[in-house]
Formats: sequence, structure tokens, C-alpha cells
Amino acid sequence: MINLTINGQQHELDIPDNMPLLWAIRDVVGMKGTKFGCGIAQCGACTVHLNGVATRSCVTPVSAATGEITTIEGMADDPVGKKVQQAWLDLGVAQCGYCQGGQIMNATALLKRTPEPETQAIVDEMAGNLCRCGTYNRILAAIERVSTEEASS
Amino acid sequence: MSRFNDTLLLANVSRRGILKGMAAGSALLLAARWDLSWANEQAQFGAGAMPGGWVDDPNVFIHINTDGIVTFINNRAEMGQGIRTSLAMVAADELGADWEQVRAQQANADQEKYGNQNTDGSRSMRHWYDPIRRAAAAARMMLEQAAANQWGVPVHEVQAEVHKVVHPASGRELGFGELANAASEREVPNREALVLKPDSALRFIGKESGLINGDVKSAHPKAIDGEDIVTGKAVFGADVDLEGTLYAVIARPPVYGAKVKSVDDSDALNVTGVNRVLRIEGTDQPGAFNPLGGVAVVASNTWAAMEGRRALKIEWDLEAAGDNANYTTDAYRKALEEAAQSPGKVIRQSGDVDKALEEAATRVSATYYMPHMAQAPMEPPVAVVRITEGKAEAWAPIQNPRATREGIAAALGIDQENVTVHQTLLGGGFGRKSKPDFVTEAARVAQHFEGQPIKLQWSREDDIQHAYFHAVSVDHLDAGLDSGGNATSWRHRTLSPSITSLFAPDPEHKAEFELGMGFNTMPFNIPSIRLENPPAPAHVRIGWFRSVYNLPHAWAIQSFAHEMAVAAGKDHRDYVLELLGPDRQVHNLTVGDGWNYGEDPDLHPIDIARMRRVIERATDEAGWGRETSSGRGLGLAFHHSFVSYTAVVFDAEVSDEGEVTIHRADIAFDCGPQANPERIRSQMEGSVVMGIGVALQSEVTFKDGVAQQSNFDSYLIPRMPNAPKVLRVHLIDNPNDAMGGVGEPGFPPVAPALCNAIYAATGKRIRRLPVGNQLS
Ligand code: FES
Ligand code: FES
Repeated sequence: MINLTINGQQHELDIPDNMPLLWAIRDVVGMKGTKFGCGIAQCGACTVHLNGVATRSCVTPVSAATGEITTIEGMADDPVGKKVQQAWLDLGVAQCGYCQGGQIMNATALLKRTPEPETQAIVDEMAGNLCRCGTYNRILAAIERVSTEEASS
Repeated sequence: MSRFNDTLLLANVSRRGILKGMAAGSALLLAARWDLSWANEQAQFGAGAMPGGWVDDPNVFIHINTDGIVTFINNRAEMGQGIRTSLAMVAADELGADWEQVRAQQANADQEKYGNQNTDGSRSMRHWYDPIRRAAAAARMMLEQAAANQWGVPVHEVQAEVHKVVHPASGRELGFGELANAASEREVPNREALVLKPDSALRFIGKESGLINGDVKSAHPKAIDGEDIVTGKAVFGADVDLEGTLYAVIARPPVYGAKVKSVDDSDALNVTGVNRVLRIEGTDQPGAFNPLGGVAVVASNTWAAMEGRRALKIEWDLEAAGDNANYTTDAYRKALEEAAQSPGKVIRQSGDVDKALEEAATRVSATYYMPHMAQAPMEPPVAVVRITEGKAEAWAPIQNPRATREGIAAALGIDQENVTVHQTLLGGGFGRKSKPDFVTEAARVAQHFEGQPIKLQWSREDDIQHAYFHAVSVDHLDAGLDSGGNATSWRHRTLSPSITSLFAPDPEHKAEFELGMGFNTMPFNIPSIRLENPPAPAHVRIGWFRSVYNLPHAWAIQSFAHEMAVAAGKDHRDYVLELLGPDRQVHNLTVGDGWNYGEDPDLHPIDIARMRRVIERATDEAGWGRETSSGRGLGLAFHHSFVSYTAVVFDAEVSDEGEVTIHRADIAFDCGPQANPERIRSQMEGSVVMGIGVALQSEVTFKDGVAQQSNFDSYLIPRMPNAPKVLRVHLIDNPNDAMGGVGEPGFPPVAPALCNAIYAATGKRIRRLPVGNQLS
């Protein structure tokens, strides 16, 4: 039996140890906000927070997912996550939206660690999250918007 | 050439004279345009020429609930272009609805009811703007009539305001919700009786809002799916969640046309969670939208299915693939480059090119290569199908609901009436999801599981190795310049496998619609021109990728125009403006293009003034001519496609190690009237970023018929560090021409503009894409 704590809720699952967290979340627990894009830690669509750290769930076996898992569905309850979501809406970041859950997870982890990151630090940190629609300039602007609000509050 | 004949030309020219006269009086302009587009829709062009045509019945598209909620039924695929928001905004504006109370609901596949649903060709807004405005105007007039009846006053005394109808004389008013039932019983007004809102009364259409080049001056009306996307609630193909779902993946033949010889599934069946292994029949070539065949593994979750597939031992019959098993892109490129040295089928000709080339003071020649690419939408293909008692129900992210329905019906041997297709959001499309092969695959698996939903998931490896690949292409150009550097002749040979090889024995030549994507529509004013198309056979599935053959045509033509300017010792911008010649409208038929993206060439000729304007705008905004530090330069390209006009300028720097940094990109765009400028900007931004990948990174190569790239570690697409540091979109205010496309036309000039900037920065001319490590 595998025990997962996702967005504060306990799940006891009868699944193999080596099943990637992504598929446990999607197919077994049934939460669909975390996306599959590559399966090899190249795109970031599957990003969740594991004890606050942005983690690629597609290459994280459930046996290693001990502690607090937060998914995009839990971001509205996170004060920073909520600001990030609002900035995304204000700037019309999303096109198709498929990558954006992962982008928001990655950006929120960054902003929680470093509330006012340098532009280059944002670019480096977000380089692992692909967006085929090409929304990078708006993603960057949205992260800087949250960081500026932070600075002026 | 068959359509390029005098009779047709004369007929069109005279008709165009009449139309121009109508449009000339400015007071008449709106009315005239209205009549024109309506006539256009009924003719052999535009929306009227599409399968299923257009529908403008308010009862099909607009539902008003008694609580006031307005639901817009959206008949086009949402794949990131924002059509669910933009079309709903058009409806809400004309109707007078409060945006907060507008919702969108996705139509199922049903072209008889909803009109054409095939979302490609950058057509959604230009084909549906008028019908949706008419539907909304009719709905508004029905609400007004209902209110007038209730109050017992003549209808001309009442008017719709935001979400209500008022009677100013008495101060009475009724909300849309309160009028909904009575309005729904009214007759739909005749098309002739419809009165559209004047531009001055519009709240959303054509209005700038949201993020504009780094600033937010006013909030944009919220995106229909925005909230769901940022909270993880949006439902894409794989997010459809039905009770009892089984998960499937398929091992497909590594070479196009190969078949399963034998399969040992004993290890696969031992994987925990694996339930069954099935053979999926492929079809003979040409493969159209049919499954490639292979072996399916069905399991209790996606991961188990993937593990089961890994454990399969399959022997493939490569002989069935014929020649395709020898397909190696390196050798193919060389063969095409050699073929490009000899004349090919003549597509367009004026003057004596060979003589002019011989007599030229300077001759410029170059050969360009663009590789295969995979569309690689962020959401890989996926579909859910359930078959119960001879009826199929599918949920899938598809651009072409009609073809999806047909594919399932044909695969199962059932009537289309018995196939229901629900369209989910698409996690990107870019042409890949125009081909519903993956839905038919799911149906083939679901056949074996009566009543049980099958979710068929493609991995990224599946997506890149079994794409409908963007055609590889070689373009060879020769130009003659006189002693003043002026162009006297232009000869262009284009070689590229045709998409039509998917559906019929390989013609080895481009079809009219493929040539019409920027090849024969090349707008330069040069005395002697010959355009040729030598043969090029297909060895993989060739398919649409955003802007399609405009990509190689624009890349070659725009790179070559720059090479000519360099040879002439002239400024690139000045030179191309001269090549374009005086402002004029080039009728498509005069250059042998009988296609014109399906649009009436009388309304959508190739307009040199519009081309010039975007070039001037992009270069002005970019500060063309300014000094740059060494290793840094500006590059320009422009293109006309999907009856819109684009110019791009890059400011790029190349380091000693060959690393490209993009300091700035300026893209100027003219699509005529703009329905939702906010989403037009986002499409231009996306086009620039994706185009950077075409220039620098993206390539699928083949060896012995097998794709050599498999995931994002080998098939490279842009990441945030590749994006321009500054990205500026400049929309041309041009409400008076006919509406053009948006999703694709920003894309074609991006790669050549960047390569031209690289030349300006380094003096190194890129003739083979992607740039890759050619600069190091
Ligand atoms: S799916 Fe995990 S990084 Fe791509
Ligand atoms: S918004 Fe479509 S992949 Fe990022």
C-alpha cells in the first residue's frame, strides 16, 4: 500500500512502488489538473510541489513521494499560488492552457523561495517548462507582476 | 495553369470593377461590405464553399436562460487561439449581453446542424464573424419584439441595452432573462430584416484591451476558459473521466507501411495491471487518416499500459513498407538538391527567364533546405471511445469533428448516425489534430470492450515518431540583376512531397493549394519570372503543420530576397520595397492561383500596399538602420498568407560560441478588421516563438524509414531562454478590407527574418534549417 498526501488529503492506494506519481495522481486518484507532456522530465507539464519543491511527477516514483504533495488544484488555497493565478488571468497568459498548470506550479515554487527574483533567475528557473503555444513572454511578465506587487506591498 | 485563362480573368476583372464602385462611397461602406460578404458566402468562396457551409440561426448558437445566463454554442475547436472567447464576444457584443453572464458550450460533431466545424486554415473568425453577428442580431431583435409585445408598444420604441430591453418613453425595462421565454417563441427575423449595431455601439469587437506590448492599460474581458485553466479544471482530451475506463497504448510500426509479422506478448501480460494485448490492423498506403496498425496493450492505468508495451516482443514486416524502409533524409535531401538543378513542371511564367539570367550583370543563386518537423502539440494525441450496442461515443481533442465521426463509423462499419463525438479542449493542435487517426485507433480497441470506455494515450515518442510530418523541402532560386542591382529575372524551383500523397497515389508534385501558399503568389514585380515544381516522392505521412507550405516558401523567398539585396549592395528594406513595386492589387488568377485560401480573389487580392505597410511598420518600430554592436544585427522578412499580411524584424546577437540571443522581435500584422485584438496579439507572440524553433532547433530526420528523434530531448522546441527579450506586436488598423486569418499567417516569415538577422550579425548565410550548431 502506498500513502499519498495530496492537497492535504490522505490517499491509500494499492499500486506498485515504482509507478510514477503522475499516473497515480491522474489515473488512480483521478485528479486531472497535472498533465502528461513527455514522461522524461523534459517539459514540466506534470509539475507538482513535493514538500514545497517543484517536482516532475512523471519521473518521481510514488515510493519517493513522501510528505506533502500539492497540485494545481491546491494552488487557489496557497496565498502565493493565488496571486500567480490572478496574474496569469490579468495578462491573458494562456493560449491552449495545457502547459499552464505546470508553469504556475513552477513559478509559484520559485516565488515562494525568492519573492523578488531577478529576470535572469526567472528565465533560468522556467527553462524546464515547455510551452508549445509560445507564451513565454507573458509568463515572464506575469511572474514579474507578482514579484513587483510583492516589492510594493 | 488550367485555371489561368483569359475568359475567367475578364469575368473577374469586370466584376471587381463593380464591387470597387460599391465600396468607394464611405457612407455606403458598412452596408456594402455587409452585402458583399453575404453574397460571398453564397458563392463558391469563403464559408459558403466549405463542407457544411455556414449557419446563422440564433436558435442553434444562442441560448438565454430565465436567470439571464447566455450560453453561446461554439462550433469551432478551441486549441489556444481563443476562439471560444472571441466568437462568444462577437455574439455578446451584437446581442448586448453582459459579459459576466456569458458562458460557452462546445458543440458536438454535427455539421448539418452547426455548419462547418473543421478548424484549420485560420478560418474560424473570418468565416463565422458574419453568421454569428447575424444570429446574435436576430436574437436581440426577438428580445426587443417580446418586450414590445409585453408592453403593448411598437417595437421601434424599444431598444436593447446591456442585458435588458428598455422603453425610454415610459422608463420600463425587462432583463434578457425575463424575456427569454417570450423571445424564444418569436419567429426568427428574416435575414433582410436584420439590423446590425453600428461600430460606435460596439463594446468588444475591435477593441484593444489587456496586455499590449508590456503594459496593461485596461482589463480584457475575461477569457471563457481562463479560470478553469489556471485552477487545473479545464478538460482536455485525457481529462475525460468515465467510470470503468481502461487505458491503452499502441506499439506502431517503426516504418510507414510496415506491418506486424509476429508478436510475443507473454511478458507484457505479466505486467501488473495489464489486461489484454490486441493486434490493430493497419491500412494500405496511402494511409489517409487511418490507424497505422500495430499492437495495443490495454491496462488498468496508463503507466501499466506503457510498461506492458515495453515488454512486447514484436517482429515487424518491413517489406510491406516497400521503399519507405530505405528512406534516409540525408540522401533524400541530396537527391532533391540535385533534381533542383533541372527544370520541372512549369507553374507560372512571364518573360524569357533563361535569356534574362544569361544576360544579367550579376547572377544570384541559392538552394535552401527545410527539414521534416512534428507539430508536437503540448497535449499528445489522446481519445476516449466507448461502444455500446452498436453505438459509439467519443471524447477527443480534435480539429475536425466531421472526419472523426466518419473515421469511427468506417472503422466500425456503422452508420454515422450512431457515432457521437464530443469535442474537448485541445492542448494545442497546429494541424496534428486535424487527423483523427488516434480516435479511430481508440474505436478499434474499444470494439473489444463492449460498454467500457477506452482511453487511448499517445506518448511523446509516439507523437514525434508517428506524426503527420511537415514536408521536407528543397527550394532552388536564381535571380539576374542588372548593373544597377535591379532584378530582371527570378527563377524558383520548389521540391517537396505533397500532402495529397496521403489520400491518393503519390502525385509527386504539389497541388494547387500547396503552390498557392506563397509560391505562385510571390508578389515581386520582376520582368521575367519562371516558377517550377520538379517531382518529390513521399516516404512518410505528410501533413499540415501550422501555415503548411508557406513555411518553406517564405523561408526560401525571404532569405533569397535578402541575398539579392546583399549582392546589389543595397539596404534590405529599400530593396524589397523596390522588388514589390508600386502599390497595386495582384489578382490571384493572374499569377495562376485559383485557390486563394478558398476566398474570393475579388475581395482578397494580393495587395502590395498592405504588404508595404507591414514592412514599413515593422522596420520603423524596430529602428531599422540603427547601428548595432559587432556580432549583432537586424533581419527582416515578410509574407502574405491566409489572406493576411505579416512582417517581422529581429534584433539578434550571435556569440563567439555560436549561441543566438534574441534581443527583440517586432511583428507587424494586417488581417483587415480585428474581432478580438487581445487574442490576435497572443497569436502573433506565439507565432514568433514557435518560428524561432523552426529557425534554430526543430528537425525530424529519418534513417531507414525510422524517425531518429523521439522526445523533447532530441526534438527541440523553444524554451523561455530562446524567446525574444522584448517582443512587440504592431497591429495595422485596417477595418475596411475583408477579414483575414490570424492563427497561421504570423508564422511563415519568422524563420527567414531570424536567419537574415544572423547574416547581418555574422555574415554567415543559413541555407539549411535548423541552424543547430552551424554557427559554432
Ligand atoms: S511530463 Fe513530466 S516533465 Fe514532461
Ligand atoms: S499554452 Fe499551449 S502549451 Fe502552453
